[in-house]
Amino acid sequence: MTYEVPVVPGESADIDEGLDLSTEAWPLWEVFVRARRGLSHVHLGSLHAADPESALQNARDVYTRRGEGASLWVVRSSEIHSFDPEEISDFVEANEKVYRLATTYDIPDEVGHM
Amino acid sequence: MSPDERFDAIVSAEEKVEPADWMPEAYRKTLIRQIAQHAHSEVIGMQPEGNWIARAPTLHRKAILMAKVQDEAGHGLYLYSAAETLGVNRDELQELLHQGRHKYSSIFNYPTLSWADIGTIGWLVDGAAITNQVMLTRCSFGPYARAMVRICKEESFHQRQGYEALIRLCSGSPDQKAMAQDALDRWWWPSLMMFGPHDTDSTHTEQSMNWKIKRVSNDDLRQQFVDMTVPQADYLGLTIPDPDLRWNEERGHFDFGEIDWDEFWAVVKGNGPMNRDRIEHKVRAWEEGAWVREAATAYAAKKTAAATVAGAA
Repeated sequence: MTYEVPVVPGESADIDEGLDLSTEAWPLWEVFVRARRGLSHVHLGSLHAADPESALQNARDVYTRRGEGASLWVVRSSEIHSFDPEEISDFVEANEKVYRLATTYDIPDEVGHM
Repeated sequence: MSPDERFDAIVSAEEKVEPADWMPEAYRKTLIRQIAQHAHSEVIGMQPEGNWIARAPTLHRKAILMAKVQDEAGHGLYLYSAAETLGVNRDELQELLHQGRHKYSSIFNYPTLSWADIGTIGWLVDGAAITNQVMLTRCSFGPYARAMVRICKEESFHQRQGYEALIRLCSGSPDQKAMAQDALDRWWWPSLMMFGPHDTDSTHTEQSMNWKIKRVSNDDLRQQFVDMTVPQADYLGLTIPDPDLRWNEERGHFDFGEIDWDEFWAVVKGNGPMNRDRIEHKVRAWEEGAWVREAATAYAAKKTAAATVAGAA
Protein backbone atom coordinates (compact mmCIF):
# COMPACT_ATOMS: atom_id res chain seq x y z
CA MET A 1 0.00 0.00 0.00
CA THR A 2 1.13 3.54 0.14
CA TYR A 3 2.91 2.60 3.21
CA GLU A 4 4.78 5.80 2.61
CA VAL A 5 3.82 8.24 5.31
CA PRO A 6 3.56 11.89 4.28
CA VAL A 7 5.74 14.41 6.03
CA VAL A 8 3.79 16.43 8.57
CA PRO A 9 4.00 20.12 7.59
CA GLY A 10 6.71 21.73 9.70
CA GLU A 11 8.49 18.44 10.46
CA SER A 12 11.74 17.43 8.82
CA ALA A 13 11.60 14.84 6.05
CA ASP A 14 15.02 13.58 7.00
CA ILE A 15 15.10 10.15 8.51
CA ASP A 16 17.35 9.11 11.29
CA GLU A 17 20.00 6.56 10.64
CA GLY A 18 23.28 5.55 12.15
CA LEU A 19 22.04 4.65 15.61
CA ASP A 20 24.79 3.20 17.71
CA LEU A 21 23.33 -0.07 18.96
CA SER A 22 24.99 -1.87 21.79
CA THR A 23 23.54 -5.27 20.89
CA GLU A 24 25.46 -7.50 18.55
CA ALA A 25 23.15 -8.27 15.63
CA TRP A 26 22.94 -11.71 14.09
CA PRO A 27 25.02 -11.98 10.91
CA LEU A 28 23.46 -11.46 7.49
CA TRP A 29 22.93 -14.37 5.07
CA GLU A 30 22.09 -14.28 1.36
CA VAL A 31 19.38 -16.69 0.25
CA PHE A 32 19.40 -18.60 -3.06
CA VAL A 33 16.49 -20.76 -4.18
CA ARG A 34 16.22 -23.35 -6.96
CA ALA A 35 12.60 -23.00 -8.03
CA ARG A 36 12.39 -26.33 -9.88
CA ARG A 37 14.72 -29.15 -10.81
CA GLY A 38 16.68 -28.20 -13.92
CA LEU A 39 16.98 -24.51 -13.00
CA SER A 40 19.86 -22.66 -11.37
CA HIS A 41 19.68 -21.28 -7.86
CA VAL A 42 18.60 -17.64 -7.96
CA HIS A 43 19.33 -14.98 -5.36
CA LEU A 44 16.10 -13.94 -3.61
CA GLY A 45 17.16 -11.76 -0.70
CA SER A 46 18.78 -11.90 2.66
CA LEU A 47 18.02 -12.50 6.32
CA HIS A 48 19.65 -12.48 9.73
CA ALA A 49 20.32 -15.66 11.69
CA ALA A 50 22.72 -16.87 14.35
CA ASP A 51 23.99 -19.96 12.48
CA PRO A 52 23.61 -21.85 9.17
CA GLU A 53 20.90 -24.17 10.48
CA SER A 54 18.63 -21.39 11.68
CA ALA A 55 19.43 -19.37 8.54
CA LEU A 56 18.14 -22.31 6.48
CA GLN A 57 15.04 -22.68 8.61
CA ASN A 58 14.26 -18.98 8.39
CA ALA A 59 14.89 -18.99 4.64
CA ARG A 60 12.45 -21.87 4.24
CA ASP A 61 9.78 -20.03 6.24
CA VAL A 62 10.30 -16.69 4.57
CA TYR A 63 11.05 -17.50 0.94
CA THR A 64 9.34 -20.85 0.21
CA ARG A 65 5.90 -20.74 1.81
CA ARG A 66 4.16 -21.69 -1.42
CA GLY A 67 6.26 -24.54 -2.71
CA GLU A 68 8.59 -22.21 -4.63
CA GLY A 69 11.75 -24.13 -3.80
CA ALA A 70 13.27 -27.48 -4.72
CA SER A 71 16.54 -26.49 -3.04
CA LEU A 72 17.85 -23.71 -0.79
CA TRP A 73 21.31 -22.24 -0.22
CA VAL A 74 22.31 -19.73 2.44
CA VAL A 75 25.69 -18.00 2.30
CA ARG A 76 27.17 -15.58 4.78
CA SER A 77 26.98 -12.18 3.07
CA SER A 78 30.50 -11.39 4.23
CA GLU A 79 31.77 -14.41 2.26
CA ILE A 80 30.61 -13.01 -1.07
CA HIS A 81 33.24 -11.16 -3.08
CA SER A 82 32.52 -8.99 -6.06
CA PHE A 83 33.82 -6.28 -8.35
CA ASP A 84 32.59 -2.72 -8.13
CA PRO A 85 30.34 -1.86 -11.04
CA GLU A 86 33.00 0.67 -12.12
CA GLU A 87 35.83 -1.82 -11.87
CA ILE A 88 34.10 -4.55 -13.77
CA SER A 89 34.20 -2.73 -17.10
CA ASP A 90 37.98 -3.26 -17.10
CA PHE A 91 37.45 -7.00 -16.97
CA VAL A 92 34.47 -7.52 -19.20
CA GLU A 93 35.50 -7.70 -22.85
CA ALA A 94 33.91 -4.94 -24.86
CA ASN A 95 31.98 -5.62 -28.03
CA GLU A 96 34.95 -4.93 -30.30
CA LYS A 97 35.64 -8.66 -30.61
CA VAL A 98 32.54 -9.10 -32.71
CA TYR A 99 34.02 -12.18 -34.40
CA ARG A 100 33.00 -14.00 -31.20
CA LEU A 101 29.35 -13.55 -32.07
CA ALA A 102 27.63 -16.13 -34.28
CA THR A 103 25.56 -13.45 -35.99
CA THR A 104 28.64 -11.82 -37.60
CA TYR A 105 29.06 -14.67 -40.12
CA ASP A 106 27.16 -14.59 -43.41
CA ILE A 107 25.85 -17.98 -44.38
CA PRO A 108 23.93 -18.23 -47.69
CA ASP A 109 20.23 -18.91 -47.35
CA GLU A 110 20.52 -22.06 -49.53
CA VAL A 111 22.54 -23.70 -46.77
CA GLY A 112 19.46 -23.68 -44.55
CA HIS A 113 19.32 -23.25 -40.81
CA MET A 114 22.70 -23.19 -39.11
CA MET B 1 30.80 9.31 -18.02
CA SER B 2 30.62 10.80 -14.53
CA PRO B 3 28.83 8.83 -11.78
CA ASP B 4 25.79 11.10 -11.76
CA GLU B 5 25.49 10.97 -15.54
CA ARG B 6 25.69 7.19 -15.35
CA PHE B 7 22.95 7.17 -12.71
CA ASP B 8 20.69 9.41 -14.81
CA ALA B 9 21.33 7.22 -17.85
CA ILE B 10 20.33 4.07 -15.95
CA VAL B 11 17.14 5.66 -14.64
CA SER B 12 16.07 7.19 -17.95
CA ALA B 13 16.77 3.92 -19.81
CA GLU B 14 14.27 2.19 -17.45
CA GLU B 15 17.07 0.01 -16.15
CA LYS B 16 17.38 -0.76 -12.45
CA VAL B 17 19.76 0.91 -10.04
CA GLU B 18 21.53 -1.76 -7.99
CA PRO B 19 22.97 -1.36 -4.47
CA ALA B 20 26.65 -1.18 -5.50
CA ASP B 21 25.97 1.60 -8.05
CA TRP B 22 26.71 5.20 -7.27
CA MET B 23 23.49 7.05 -6.42
CA PRO B 24 22.65 10.56 -5.23
CA GLU B 25 22.59 10.75 -1.44
CA ALA B 26 19.03 12.13 -1.51
CA TYR B 27 17.88 9.16 -3.64
CA ARG B 28 19.39 6.77 -1.11
CA LYS B 29 17.78 8.58 1.82
CA THR B 30 14.38 8.76 0.15
CA LEU B 31 14.48 5.04 -0.49
CA ILE B 32 15.57 4.16 3.04
CA ARG B 33 12.74 6.27 4.41
CA GLN B 34 10.15 4.78 2.09
CA ILE B 35 11.27 1.14 2.32
CA ALA B 36 11.65 1.31 6.10
CA GLN B 37 8.14 2.80 6.50
CA HIS B 38 6.82 0.12 4.21
CA ALA B 39 8.56 -2.63 6.23
CA HIS B 40 7.36 -1.18 9.56
CA SER B 41 3.81 -1.10 8.15
CA GLU B 42 3.89 -4.77 7.25
CA VAL B 43 5.10 -5.66 10.73
CA ILE B 44 2.67 -3.41 12.65
CA GLY B 45 -0.06 -4.58 10.23
CA MET B 46 0.07 -8.01 11.86
CA GLN B 47 -1.55 -6.60 15.01
CA PRO B 48 -5.07 -5.63 13.86
CA GLU B 49 -5.46 -9.01 12.18
CA GLY B 50 -3.70 -11.02 14.86
CA ASN B 51 -6.40 -9.64 17.15
CA TRP B 52 -8.92 -12.00 15.46
CA ILE B 53 -6.91 -15.22 15.05
CA ALA B 54 -8.22 -16.74 18.28
CA ARG B 55 -11.77 -15.61 17.48
CA ALA B 56 -12.03 -16.57 13.80
CA PRO B 57 -15.44 -18.21 13.24
CA THR B 58 -14.14 -21.52 11.84
CA LEU B 59 -10.94 -23.53 11.82
CA HIS B 60 -10.65 -22.85 8.08
CA ARG B 61 -10.82 -19.06 8.58
CA LYS B 62 -8.34 -19.33 11.43
CA ALA B 63 -5.84 -21.18 9.21
CA ILE B 64 -6.29 -18.57 6.44
CA LEU B 65 -5.78 -15.71 8.88
CA MET B 66 -2.64 -17.25 10.36
CA ALA B 67 -1.22 -17.75 6.87
CA LYS B 68 -1.99 -14.13 6.03
CA VAL B 69 -0.38 -12.77 9.19
CA GLN B 70 2.67 -14.96 8.51
CA ASP B 71 2.84 -13.44 5.01
CA GLU B 72 2.88 -9.95 6.51
CA ALA B 73 5.89 -10.90 8.64
CA GLY B 74 7.55 -12.22 5.47
CA HIS B 75 6.77 -9.01 3.59
CA GLY B 76 8.34 -7.02 6.40
CA LEU B 77 11.44 -9.15 6.10
CA TYR B 78 11.75 -8.85 2.30
CA LEU B 79 11.56 -5.09 2.74
CA TYR B 80 14.06 -4.80 5.60
CA SER B 81 16.32 -6.94 3.44
CA ALA B 82 15.91 -4.45 0.55
CA ALA B 83 16.59 -1.51 2.90
CA GLU B 84 19.74 -3.18 4.21
CA THR B 85 21.27 -3.16 0.72
CA LEU B 86 21.37 0.64 1.13
CA GLY B 87 23.72 0.41 4.09
CA VAL B 88 21.41 0.52 7.09
CA ASN B 89 20.76 -2.37 9.40
CA ARG B 90 17.47 -3.88 10.39
CA ASP B 91 17.88 -3.61 14.16
CA GLU B 92 18.67 0.05 13.74
CA LEU B 93 15.51 0.69 11.71
CA GLN B 94 13.45 -1.26 14.18
CA GLU B 95 14.86 0.68 17.12
CA LEU B 96 13.87 3.92 15.37
CA LEU B 97 10.34 2.57 15.02
CA HIS B 98 10.27 1.65 18.71
CA GLN B 99 11.38 5.13 19.66
CA GLY B 100 8.62 6.66 17.57
CA ARG B 101 11.14 8.34 15.26
CA HIS B 102 10.00 6.28 12.27
CA LYS B 103 6.38 6.08 11.17
CA TYR B 104 4.24 3.37 9.58
CA SER B 105 1.02 3.52 7.59
CA SER B 106 -1.81 5.23 9.47
CA ILE B 107 -4.33 2.59 8.41
CA PHE B 108 -3.04 0.32 11.17
CA ASN B 109 -3.93 2.87 13.81
CA TYR B 110 -7.60 1.95 13.48
CA PRO B 111 -9.03 -0.88 15.60
CA THR B 112 -10.55 -4.14 14.31
CA LEU B 113 -13.88 -4.24 16.14
CA SER B 114 -15.71 -7.12 14.47
CA TRP B 115 -15.04 -10.22 12.37
CA ALA B 116 -16.25 -8.34 9.30
CA ASP B 117 -13.28 -5.98 9.74
CA ILE B 118 -10.97 -8.84 8.79
CA GLY B 119 -12.75 -9.42 5.48
CA THR B 120 -12.92 -5.68 4.87
CA ILE B 121 -9.20 -5.20 5.51
CA GLY B 122 -8.42 -7.90 2.95
CA TRP B 123 -10.76 -6.36 0.42
CA LEU B 124 -10.04 -2.63 0.87
CA VAL B 125 -6.70 -2.27 2.66
CA ASP B 126 -4.97 -5.02 0.71
CA GLY B 127 -6.80 -3.85 -2.43
CA ALA B 128 -5.32 -0.37 -1.94
CA ALA B 129 -1.98 -2.01 -1.22
CA ILE B 130 -2.04 -3.88 -4.51
CA THR B 131 -2.87 -0.72 -6.47
CA ASN B 132 0.21 0.92 -5.01
CA GLN B 133 2.54 -2.03 -5.01
CA VAL B 134 1.91 -3.02 -8.61
CA MET B 135 3.23 0.44 -9.45
CA LEU B 136 6.25 -0.15 -7.22
CA THR B 137 7.27 -3.31 -9.12
CA ARG B 138 8.41 -0.80 -11.77
CA CYS B 139 10.41 1.27 -9.27
CA SER B 140 13.96 2.19 -10.34
CA PHE B 141 15.68 0.57 -7.35
CA GLY B 142 16.23 -3.14 -8.12
CA PRO B 143 15.94 -4.73 -4.66
CA TYR B 144 12.74 -2.77 -3.86
CA ALA B 145 11.14 -3.63 -7.21
CA ARG B 146 12.01 -7.32 -6.80
CA ALA B 147 10.60 -7.45 -3.27
CA MET B 148 7.39 -5.93 -4.65
CA VAL B 149 7.01 -8.68 -7.25
CA ARG B 150 7.03 -11.32 -4.52
CA ILE B 151 4.72 -9.29 -2.30
CA CYS B 152 2.16 -8.64 -5.05
CA LYS B 153 1.79 -12.36 -5.75
CA GLU B 154 0.96 -13.01 -2.11
CA GLU B 155 -1.17 -9.91 -1.72
CA SER B 156 -3.62 -11.29 -4.26
CA PHE B 157 -4.44 -14.12 -1.85
CA HIS B 158 -4.99 -11.52 0.89
CA GLN B 159 -7.50 -9.56 -1.10
CA ARG B 160 -9.40 -12.53 -2.46
CA GLN B 161 -9.79 -14.29 0.88
CA GLY B 162 -11.11 -11.04 2.37
CA TYR B 163 -13.64 -10.45 -0.38
CA GLU B 164 -14.78 -14.06 -0.22
CA ALA B 165 -15.31 -13.78 3.54
CA LEU B 166 -17.50 -10.73 2.86
CA ILE B 167 -19.52 -12.57 0.20
CA ARG B 168 -20.32 -15.14 2.88
CA LEU B 169 -21.38 -12.49 5.39
CA CYS B 170 -23.43 -10.57 2.82
CA SER B 171 -25.31 -13.68 1.77
CA GLY B 172 -25.90 -14.67 5.40
CA SER B 173 -28.35 -13.35 8.00
CA PRO B 174 -29.43 -9.66 8.13
CA ASP B 175 -27.19 -9.28 11.20
CA GLN B 176 -24.18 -10.61 9.32
CA LYS B 177 -24.83 -8.26 6.43
CA ALA B 178 -25.24 -5.34 8.82
CA MET B 179 -21.88 -6.23 10.34
CA ALA B 180 -20.27 -6.10 6.88
CA GLN B 181 -21.90 -2.71 6.18
CA ASP B 182 -20.67 -1.36 9.51
CA ALA B 183 -17.12 -2.48 8.69
CA LEU B 184 -17.27 -0.80 5.26
CA ASP B 185 -18.59 2.40 6.90
CA ARG B 186 -15.58 2.52 9.20
CA TRP B 187 -12.82 1.40 6.75
CA TRP B 188 -13.79 3.20 3.55
CA TRP B 189 -12.35 6.65 4.30
CA PRO B 190 -9.19 5.44 6.05
CA SER B 191 -8.57 3.22 2.99
CA LEU B 192 -8.79 6.24 0.67
CA MET B 193 -6.42 8.10 3.00
CA MET B 194 -3.81 5.39 2.41
CA PHE B 195 -2.96 7.00 -0.94
CA GLY B 196 -1.69 10.11 0.85
CA PRO B 197 -2.30 13.85 0.39
CA HIS B 198 -3.56 15.39 -2.85
CA ASP B 199 -0.89 15.72 -5.55
CA THR B 200 -0.95 19.49 -5.04
CA ASP B 201 -0.02 19.01 -1.35
CA SER B 202 2.41 16.15 -1.80
CA THR B 203 5.85 17.62 -1.36
CA HIS B 204 7.97 14.68 -2.49
CA THR B 205 5.95 13.30 -5.36
CA GLU B 206 7.65 15.22 -8.14
CA GLN B 207 11.22 14.26 -7.16
CA SER B 208 10.20 10.64 -6.61
CA MET B 209 8.52 10.56 -10.01
CA ASN B 210 11.68 11.93 -11.66
CA TRP B 211 13.74 9.26 -9.97
CA LYS B 212 11.13 6.66 -10.98
CA ILE B 213 10.73 5.54 -7.39
CA LYS B 214 7.08 6.47 -7.75
CA ARG B 215 5.40 5.98 -11.12
CA VAL B 216 1.82 7.15 -10.59
CA SER B 217 0.61 10.09 -8.47
CA ASN B 218 -1.42 9.75 -5.25
CA ASP B 219 -4.64 11.11 -6.77
CA ASP B 220 -4.39 8.92 -9.86
CA LEU B 221 -3.86 5.79 -7.74
CA ARG B 222 -6.78 6.76 -5.49
CA GLN B 223 -9.04 7.24 -8.53
CA GLN B 224 -7.95 3.86 -9.90
CA PHE B 225 -8.81 2.25 -6.55
CA VAL B 226 -12.26 3.87 -6.33
CA ASP B 227 -13.12 2.88 -9.92
CA MET B 228 -12.12 -0.69 -9.23
CA THR B 229 -13.86 -0.98 -5.85
CA VAL B 230 -17.32 0.55 -6.44
CA PRO B 231 -18.59 -2.35 -8.61
CA GLN B 232 -17.23 -4.80 -6.02
CA ALA B 233 -19.29 -3.09 -3.29
CA ASP B 234 -22.34 -3.25 -5.59
CA TYR B 235 -21.86 -6.97 -6.01
CA LEU B 236 -21.89 -7.40 -2.23
CA GLY B 237 -25.00 -5.23 -1.98
CA LEU B 238 -23.19 -2.82 0.34
CA THR B 239 -23.36 0.96 0.27
CA ILE B 240 -20.18 3.03 0.19
CA PRO B 241 -20.55 5.77 2.83
CA ASP B 242 -20.12 8.72 0.46
CA PRO B 243 -23.16 10.73 -0.69
CA ASP B 244 -21.03 12.39 -3.40
CA LEU B 245 -20.05 9.14 -5.05
CA ARG B 246 -21.39 8.93 -8.61
CA TRP B 247 -20.33 7.87 -12.08
CA ASN B 248 -19.07 10.74 -14.22
CA GLU B 249 -19.79 9.85 -17.83
CA GLU B 250 -17.64 12.67 -19.18
CA ARG B 251 -14.52 11.73 -17.21
CA GLY B 252 -15.11 8.01 -17.42
CA HIS B 253 -14.43 7.78 -13.68
CA PHE B 254 -16.34 7.89 -10.42
CA ASP B 255 -16.51 11.25 -8.68
CA PHE B 256 -16.20 11.01 -4.92
CA GLY B 257 -16.30 13.21 -1.83
CA GLU B 258 -13.49 14.97 -0.01
CA ILE B 259 -11.40 13.16 2.59
CA ASP B 260 -11.42 14.55 6.13
CA TRP B 261 -7.87 15.86 6.05
CA ASP B 262 -7.96 16.94 9.70
CA GLU B 263 -8.46 13.32 10.69
CA PHE B 264 -5.76 12.26 8.24
CA TRP B 265 -3.11 14.55 9.74
CA ALA B 266 -4.20 13.83 13.31
CA VAL B 267 -3.53 10.11 12.81
CA VAL B 268 -0.22 10.73 11.00
CA LYS B 269 0.87 12.90 13.93
CA GLY B 270 0.21 10.04 16.34
CA ASN B 271 -3.30 10.80 17.58
CA GLY B 272 -5.25 7.96 15.97
CA PRO B 273 -7.26 5.51 18.05
CA MET B 274 -4.50 2.86 18.26
CA ASN B 275 -1.13 4.61 17.72
CA ARG B 276 0.11 4.16 21.28
CA ASP B 277 -1.11 0.57 21.64
CA ARG B 278 0.56 -0.55 18.44
CA ILE B 279 4.01 0.63 19.44
CA GLU B 280 3.68 -0.54 23.04
CA HIS B 281 2.75 -4.01 21.80
CA LYS B 282 5.61 -4.07 19.29
CA VAL B 283 8.19 -3.06 21.90
CA ARG B 284 6.85 -5.61 24.37
CA ALA B 285 7.06 -8.42 21.80
CA TRP B 286 10.65 -7.45 20.98
CA GLU B 287 11.70 -7.28 24.63
CA GLU B 288 9.98 -10.54 25.54
CA GLY B 289 11.78 -12.25 22.65
CA ALA B 290 15.22 -11.15 23.88
CA TRP B 291 15.96 -14.53 25.50
CA VAL B 292 15.36 -16.33 22.19
CA ARG B 293 17.85 -14.10 20.38
CA GLU B 294 20.41 -14.48 23.16
CA ALA B 295 19.98 -18.26 23.31
CA ALA B 296 20.44 -18.63 19.54
CA THR B 297 23.59 -16.50 19.64
CA ALA B 298 24.99 -18.49 22.60
CA TYR B 299 24.20 -21.79 20.88
CA ALA B 300 25.93 -20.68 17.66
CA ALA B 301 29.01 -19.58 19.64
CA LYS B 302 29.10 -22.90 21.51
CA LYS B 303 28.95 -24.90 18.27
CA THR B 304 31.69 -22.80 16.68
CA ALA B 305 33.87 -23.34 19.75
CA ALA B 306 33.22 -27.11 19.68
CA ALA B 307 34.13 -27.26 15.98
CA THR B 308 37.35 -25.34 16.65
CA VAL B 309 38.34 -27.77 19.43
CA ALA B 310 37.49 -30.77 17.25
CA GLY B 311 39.53 -29.27 14.40
CA ALA B 312 42.53 -28.65 16.63
CA ALA B 313 42.48 -32.19 18.08
